[in-house]
This record gives sequence, C-alpha cells and structure tokens, in this order.
Amino acid sequence: MKEPLAYMRKAQGSWEKRILKSLNSMCTELSIPLAQKRPVSEQKELLNKWNEMGTDEPDLSLFRPVYAPKDFLEVLMNLRNPNYENGEHPSFRNHLGLIQVPLKVKDIPELKEDFSELGLNIGQLGIDDSAQVPPEFFENEHVRVGQKVLAEQDSAAAQQYVRQGCPTALRADLWALILNISNQPEDILYYEQLKSNVIQHDLLVDSLIYKDVKLTASNDDYYFVFEDYLYQVLLCFSRDTAVLEHFTYSSATPPRSYIRGKLGMEEYAVFYPPNVNYNSFILSVAPLCFLYHEPSKLYQIFREMYVRFFFRLHSISSHPSGIVSLCLLFETLLQTHLPQLFYHLREIGAQPLRISFKWMVRAFSGYLATDQLLLLWDRILGYNSLEVLAGNRTVFTKRPFCFLSQAVLADLSTLKVMPLLQIFLFATVT
Amino acid sequence: MGGGMPVLGLRPPVPQVHEIVFRNFYTAFLSVRVQRPGPPGSRRWVTCLRDYCLMPCPHTEEGSQDYFSLRRHQMLCDVDQVTAVRFILRQPSPVWLHFTIEELQIFPPGQKSPQKDFPSWLSQLTPPEQPASLHRELPDPEKVSTEVQQMWVLTEVIRARQAAARIGRFDVDGCYDINLLSYT
Repeated sequence: MKEPLAYMRKAQGSWEKRILKSLNSMCTELSIPLAQKRPVSEQKELLNKWNEMGTDEPDLSLFRPVYAPKDFLEVLMNLRNPNYENGEHPSFRNHLGLIQVPLKVKDIPELKEDFSELGLNIGQLGIDDSAQVPPEFFENEHVRVGQKVLAEQDSAAAQQYVRQGCPTALRADLWALILNISNQPEDILYYEQLKSNVIQHDLLVDSLIYKDVKLTASNDDYYFVFEDYLYQVLLCFSRDTAVLEHFTYSSATPPRSYIRGKLGMEEYAVFYPPNVNYNSFILSVAPLCFLYHEPSKLYQIFREMYVRFFFRLHSISSHPSGIVSLCLLFETLLQTHLPQLFYHLREIGAQPLRISFKWMVRAFSGYLATDQLLLLWDRILGYNSLEVLAGNRTVFTKRPFCFLSQAVLADLSTLKVMPLLQIFLFATVT
Repeated sequence: MGGGMPVLGLRPPVPQVHEIVFRNFYTAFLSVRVQRPGPPGSRRWVTCLRDYCLMPCPHTEEGSQDYFSLRRHQMLCDVDQVTAVRFILRQPSPVWLHFTIEELQIFPPGQKSPQKDFPSWLSQLTPPEQPASLHRELPDPEKVSTEVQQMWVLTEVIRARQAAARIGRFDVDGCYDINLLSYT
C-alpha cells in the first residue's frame, strides 16, 4: 500500500518535482547528458581500475549535491493537513515541536510492550557484555544460542535473536539470514551484469555519487578505507531495476524520461535512478563494509536494507517507520518526559529536532562509533522497525544544557547507545 | 469545525445488500441503519452496524483516509429486502474541519466488489513439476536424430543470416539519448 493520505502523496510529489528540476537544471547548465554510452577506450579504462576508483580525482567542482538534510527538514516542517485546525494562535491542537501533522505515535507504555526484549532484566549485547560483567552471566550463552540459530538456518529465530544484539563474529551471517541473502551464483551473475552496465553507460548521477563519496566517506576516520567499495556498490545500485519494485510500497515514484524525439510516448519511457541525497546513501553502505568484503554480497545486503528500511528515511509518508513519524515520535517523547528541557531549547532557538534530524535521517551512521551503530542496527533488523532511532532523546540529558552548543551535541562518538535506550524505555519515571 | 453527526441516506440499487464499500474521510465511528418491512404494511428502521470504529485514535490520522469494506456477515441484522440505508457518522475530535465518507458503493449478492477479484490461478496451488522419467525406456534414437538435425539446420540458417541491426532498443548512434527528466 503506497500512502493512504492524500496530502502526504501531494507533498512527496512536490518534493520529487523540486529534485527533478534541480537535476534537470544541473544537466542543462553543465551541458552534461543524463545518460550516455561510454566510448570503448573509456570502458576499458574503467574496467581496469574498477577496484580502485577512489584513486581517480575527477573535476567535480561544478557539481553540487541535489539537496541537504536541512532542505528536507524544511519540507517536513511545512507539511500541513488541510483538514486540520491549524490555527495561528497556539492551542492544544498545535504541536510545540517542528512537525505539525497529527500522526499516531507510540507512547512509552506502548514502546515498552513492543520493545520488551530491551527490558532491564533481559541480557543485552552492548550492556551485559562489558568488561566488568563476567561472560558466564550472559555473553557465553548468548553466543552459543546464536551459533545454534545459524546452524538451523532459521530466519525467524534469527530475527528474534538479534533483538538482544549480535555477537560480532556472527553478525554478518545472522544479518544475511534475516535479510534472506545467500549469494547464489545467479546473484553473483546479476551483480556482474550491473557492473557491466556501469562500464557501458555513464549516468549524471555517477558524478553526484563521486562527489558525495569524496565529501563524506573519504574524510571520515572510520570509513575512508572503504571508499572503493562504496563506488562499486552505489554505481551498481543506481542501475538496478530490481529496486523499482519497492516503489509499490513506497510513497515515492521514480523519475521518468523519454527517449529523445519521443516525448510522451509510453513505449519509449524509461526510468531514471531514484534521486536522493547520496550523503545518506553512502553512510548506510559504509558500516556494512565492516561486515561484508565480497562486493556482490555487500551489494545485496545493502540493497535489501535499503528497500526494507532506509528508503523510509528519504520519502514523505505516514508510515510508523517513516521519517515524519520518527521526527514526531522523537519530539513527543522529549516533550512528555523532559518538558523543561524542551521548553528551554525552544526558547533559545535550538529546536531539538534540528539537531537530531540529521542523526535520524542517516540512521546514526557517521555519528556513533561503529560498534555502537551496529548494535543499534541489530535492533532495527530484529524489530523490523526504525522506531529505535527516535529513542535518542536521552542524549540531551547527558550533556548539561547550560553548555549547550552544536559542536558538543554533535559529537556522539563516545556514546554507548544500548544503555541509553534501555534507560529511556524502562528506567524513566513517568 | 468537528462535531455534529451527519447522516447520509440513500436507496440501494437492489433490496439485497451483500457488501458496502467506501473510502473514509476523517469519520471516527460509523453506524448503519436499514429500513425493512415490519409488521404488515409498515416499514421500520433497524440498526445493522453500531459505532463501527474507523479511526482507533480520533485525534490522529490512523484510518482517516482508508478504504473499508463491510460485508453482510458483519451486520447485526438481516439485510435482505432493504428499501433505504442510513449512514450515521460520528467524529468526537474537534481538530478536524470536515468529516464524511466518500466513494460509497453498495453491492448486491453475486456482484463482487472490484478489489476482491482474484484471478483463479492465484488460488490454485501449482502442482509440482514431474521430471521426465528416463528409467522406463530410452527415447527413440531415430526421433532424437531428426530433432538434432533440425536444430543443426536452424543454427546454420541463423549463422548465414546474421542481422546487421543491433538489439539495443533505444540505441541512437550508440547511446541512450534521453530528454530531460519528466515532471508528470
């Protein structure tokens, strides 16, 4: 089911149009075609340096990112239901945060029920495997159960298991089991086919991908080593028509174009890769590079994670795991449980969502330390939901807000995410 | 402003009601009453659906623009011999400006609602493929050799008639020449 609410569909359509305009104008300004076949010499060259595309330094100064996360947040802030009483005067109908649409979000008792395996009396990786806790209490048994689940190849059991976290050694296989990725010969062949599509044709979005990888991952302390992998995955992803299937349940629609001279004729319509801020894309691939080293398997895992979860962070919808609901969930929880902090932040012009939005839209990649990030993503897979991302409000209590500054709050690299989540759900006095 | 209790009345196309399909627009609860023949000569109104919940949380969007289908087995009373139907809409939350139901359709028995039509092959399980059994007897060698000969002739013909036209569907001078991205 794509999207039941008419005004959300309309907003998504307008947003997509804006992106298309931006892409089209970049295309005409720079006189670069959207798609063209590479000359044979260039194809040979690309094939030769396929494993080290990062060594290339093309001139990308004229390319600009299609949009920044703050542009997307502006659009979400301006979402209004035309049938809702959006009066100018503040009243009980207006939300105090930035999101003004009346979506249903869960409260703490409901979240406690849904995420019951994060309870205080249940062992967790990320908490109960720390150096001070003897491994006999929890860790050894948990690893043993994980090995059994893998031996049985039980996907449903694996999904249940990872709710308490994955041991590092078993994570790659467990995630592959949950996502149903087995890397059969036909999957490898499919990846090779995509690779040959990349070699043969050059797309405008390739330059955007290059630019964004250079800007983000190459400068990141953890991810710069994977730069080459990122090109190999993302360039193939932009050519993968299997991704089109997810548009049956996404509120988004892929951009289309027509072969020159055949404008409007359906049989000459082709789909162009979905355009998103490649920043977020890149940062969803990079952590996976720690787990998977074979390009075709890495590619499939990323693709499956994207069409199951991460696409919801880039499109406007009313889905409970969609970015709009996550933002509203975050704001509602913060306002309910830390009302003084929330009010103070509003008064000093630092709406909390402005800070936490970029964390959520990237699923915390690039902000948390990698081991913490992977523990968080374990729970996304285990609960089949992105709602754990909104549970970051306790971050705000960890930093005394009299010293609040963007830089301090922006540095999450020393945070331990599981204790915070557990406290927020199960140890807060309501 | 929300509040009030609009009532929609209409006559069904035939007296038997099998299914009622509609699209919600911010109605929280729906009651349905039908007019049926009562004691001889008169007609009475009977409630066949009481406060059916369309929006579990009336202040929020859940269910607000969903499609709903009500079938006769969900009704509290018999819905044959119906001369009129009334829909009573309730929305206790004051935050909505308007509320109603849209695209209302009533289907008599025998006529399926569009969404319910499944192609018959979807409901049948495909029988497992039986692999060809070679244990009984070997295939006839004459037959096999004629088939092989036919295939050989075909390959020779194709080789002789190598087409110059390329397979690329949209290749224009060796490239996918597309316009700018379309807005519609």
